Amino acid sequence: MSPRDAGTVSSGFERSPTMDILLQQIINGLTTGSVYAVVALGYTMVYGVIQLINFAHGEVVMIGAMVAFSVISALAGGSLPPLAIVLAGVIAAIPACMAIGYLLERAAYRPLRHAPRLAPLITAIGMSIILQHLALLIWGRNPLAFPQIIDNRVFAIGGAAISSVQIAIILMSLAMMAGLSWFVYRTRFGIAIRATAENVHVAGLMGVNADRVIAATFVIGAGLGAVAGVMYGSYYGIAHYTMGFSLGLKAFSAAVLGGIGNIAGAMLGGILLGLVEALGTGYVGDLTDLCRWPGAGGDIGWMGAHCADGAHFVLFGSNYQEVFAFLMLILVLVFRPSGLLGERVSERA
Amino acid sequence: MTEVLLEARGIAKRFGGVQALKDVSLTINRGEIYGLIGPNGAGKTTLFNVFTGLYPRDGGEVLCCGSPLNLESPHQVAAAGIARTFQNIRLFGNMTALENVMVGRHLRTKAGVIQAILRTRAERTEEAAIRRRADELLHYVGIADRADDLARHLSYGDQRRLEIARALATEPKLLALDEPAAGMNATETAALRGLIEGLRRDGLTVLLIEHDVKLVLGLCDRVAVLDYGVKIAEDVPEAVRANPKVIEAYLGASVD
Amino acid sequence: MNMTGRDKLGLALIAVALIALPFVLASAGTAWVRITNFAVLFVLLSLGLNIVVGFAGLLDLGYVAFYAVGAYVYALLASPHFGLHLPFWVILPLGAAVACVAGVILGAPTLRLRGDYLAIVTLGFGEIVRIFMNNLSSPINLTNGPKGISRIDSFQIGPVNFAGSDTFAGLVFSGPIKYYYFLMLVLLGVIVINRRLQDSRIGRAWVAIREDEIAAKASGINTRNIKLLAFAMGASFGGIAGGMFAAMQTFVSPESFVLNESIMVLSMVVLGGMGNIWGVIAGAVLLSFVPELLRYTVEPAQIALFGKLLIDPEVLRMLVFGAALVLTMRFRPAGLWPETRHRREMSENRA
Repeated sequence: MSPRDAGTVSSGFERSPTMDILLQQIINGLTTGSVYAVVALGYTMVYGVIQLINFAHGEVVMIGAMVAFSVISALAGGSLPPLAIVLAGVIAAIPACMAIGYLLERAAYRPLRHAPRLAPLITAIGMSIILQHLALLIWGRNPLAFPQIIDNRVFAIGGAAISSVQIAIILMSLAMMAGLSWFVYRTRFGIAIRATAENVHVAGLMGVNADRVIAATFVIGAGLGAVAGVMYGSYYGIAHYTMGFSLGLKAFSAAVLGGIGNIAGAMLGGILLGLVEALGTGYVGDLTDLCRWPGAGGDIGWMGAHCADGAHFVLFGSNYQEVFAFLMLILVLVFRPSGLLGERVSERA
Repeated sequence: MTEVLLEARGIAKRFGGVQALKDVSLTINRGEIYGLIGPNGAGKTTLFNVFTGLYPRDGGEVLCCGSPLNLESPHQVAAAGIARTFQNIRLFGNMTALENVMVGRHLRTKAGVIQAILRTRAERTEEAAIRRRADELLHYVGIADRADDLARHLSYGDQRRLEIARALATEPKLLALDEPAAGMNATETAALRGLIEGLRRDGLTVLLIEHDVKLVLGLCDRVAVLDYGVKIAEDVPEAVRANPKVIEAYLGASVD
Repeated sequence: MNMTGRDKLGLALIAVALIALPFVLASAGTAWVRITNFAVLFVLLSLGLNIVVGFAGLLDLGYVAFYAVGAYVYALLASPHFGLHLPFWVILPLGAAVACVAGVILGAPTLRLRGDYLAIVTLGFGEIVRIFMNNLSSPINLTNGPKGISRIDSFQIGPVNFAGSDTFAGLVFSGPIKYYYFLMLVLLGVIVINRRLQDSRIGRAWVAIREDEIAAKASGINTRNIKLLAFAMGASFGGIAGGMFAAMQTFVSPESFVLNESIMVLSMVVLGGMGNIWGVIAGAVLLSFVPELLRYTVEPAQIALFGKLLIDPEVLRMLVFGAALVLTMRFRPAGLWPETRHRREMSENRA
């Protein structure tokens, strides 16, 4: 690499490369952020109603991706049109995940509803491990290449590129969020969910069947998660039995960032986290390159020996991508535990 | 002249848009039983929780023995000499009665990790003293025979007593009791009354929040009445009983 | 502690059995001594985590981070990586101290949070530590990245090196056997420390916080400091276990410190009985050996039945851990061997 190139992240574009890269990172961030948001909805709905972090939610999303992978792989090469095949994958994943969500609630969490707080949490961790390793048994240890059967066209916006898959992910996420908002704010059952979230006992007195509401939040969250799993798999072109862990943790961070228990917050948090992650990954290398700090460059600065000939001294490169979500989670919990839109979550009297 | 132990000035507390306490001031003298009454939702427990550092306050200050009290954290309040019990009893359910009281000694003892690991002579002496004192306190409140039972297996009345013993273990100047007679039958209430009178005889100052107006008026030296977060009266029981504002606040409730 | 003659006899028999154990195991193969050593390592970890989860009731899912810190401190200070070769009796305590500091640093910002948030934040911290170990190979090579650090020094006491075998009084002391005895000494120390802490002013404060934090505060306990103390103590034990791990393996890499390790230790504590030292030890031993037994039975059984390996024993092992967590919480929330206070209660009921 020549000294001149070293100054930019990439030299792929002719015209105002910095702006183009920024735009590209924003597009990428919006895409992953939409997926985080949809997964975060699953955490936040369950938390809103029974104050449980459903650790296994990430694994449900992973199983959604896996089921879709199996269906799409089986149908690919057949006579069906590609879009129909993908749709079939999604349609198969949704009930599969909903069934798992229901079983989780019914078999693992419901019996512990009146147990001390730690008990359902520990159970959730156990269920997550079990689901993960069952998936390993069924789908194997190796990453599965998600069949790319739809022609993935790339469009240029400004100097950046957006693919049809990205457009589809963003649009579908928006549609699901809108649908969920309508459901929660405009339907009778949605009102029952919000009433239960407010106060289980009072909602019960008002004739709301709390058991049904709680089960429903698990099922709806799992259904959304299934779609998110397919979107994630299609975007990265890969499905793996461990993908649920970091995806789940990020989505949970997103839910906390937005204010856990708050549906709009989960959406906002997801998108923000996606952006932070994309921009962070894109720029952290440059920002922590000591050779680019004022006074450090050339061969006379304080880092002179290291930075001669345009060399780099990058403290934290893009390989720290996974850290951003955690760092944000920790910062939010320490400085604004209620999240951006939520109520207070730190311990109360 | 009587000596002031605790003085609250202009305490205010809001929950969202609700003004739970508005400019509440009161003074508690050393050695007296001071009652705090008021209809449901008058702000009694809120005031109590502000006094003991459980809720942050939105205004006002509390002086203990003339110097401002640090209300930042409940353990500092306890260290300053204010101990409390809870309306819905909060014991360490899976510890024995004796251990519950021993926890109360935490504040006035000091052995740390190193001493505990090395079991130094000082640590062993201190442990023995903690145990002895806890045992004395269980005798004092009259449940010494239940010392080795788990707290959650004690009867309701005994749990109330145990909470008082645990609070006494912190060597308080002021013992604040939050509705100690709630849920008690007549016999248990009478026994509790005897216990509180005994505390006064032994020189302790008591702040008593109670729903049972009869108990308060019969037991207390002075009584304050809260209504809608405002103090509407503070006087000796006879005067409070005759106060028209108080009668109005308790409209329908019998004050005799 | 008042011991009757029978107690003393029982204790003496257990001691003799534990002393003779490695030679019995060695006759079945040195691998079994190694397996036992790892079981003891897990017992150490479980006892450390028990302070945090069992005593103080703080669900720490990033416990493996402290194990990792201890292991890397040892690896960096006793390997060719930096050319440093400090003796183990310097590094082990140092590793514990560094882990202890890490525990305080990680604990301090999170202790205000409610239990479930604490769990997820500690989980995040655990992952961060691992990611850093993976990536701190540039710009300056601190950890050697995913390749890990190899050729770590074994213990050396005088002329005795723990890497090789020594013959003493006609008995062959292989490396693992020497480590076994050392581990037993450490374990003894850790048990004594745990017991003494449990019966102390600090131990009572921990349990009080677990039982009711508000009441603990109102009783004059500075819950923040006392919780930090639990974090620090637990982390120190993790650090010691990590150092032992590095020396025994002579190799460390980030791969050894994944979340699953934290979950395994948690399963041991939960299954045995949170808060009860002997229960936790039994849980750790049980969950260390069951997977090994599965490996030696399920694997051949599958091959005999189906002609091929259908379920990888490694997967089966994690399924066992997951099931242990779920089933214990469902059917025996106090664990297989509950805390003494409960047991006393139950025996009263029977009488």
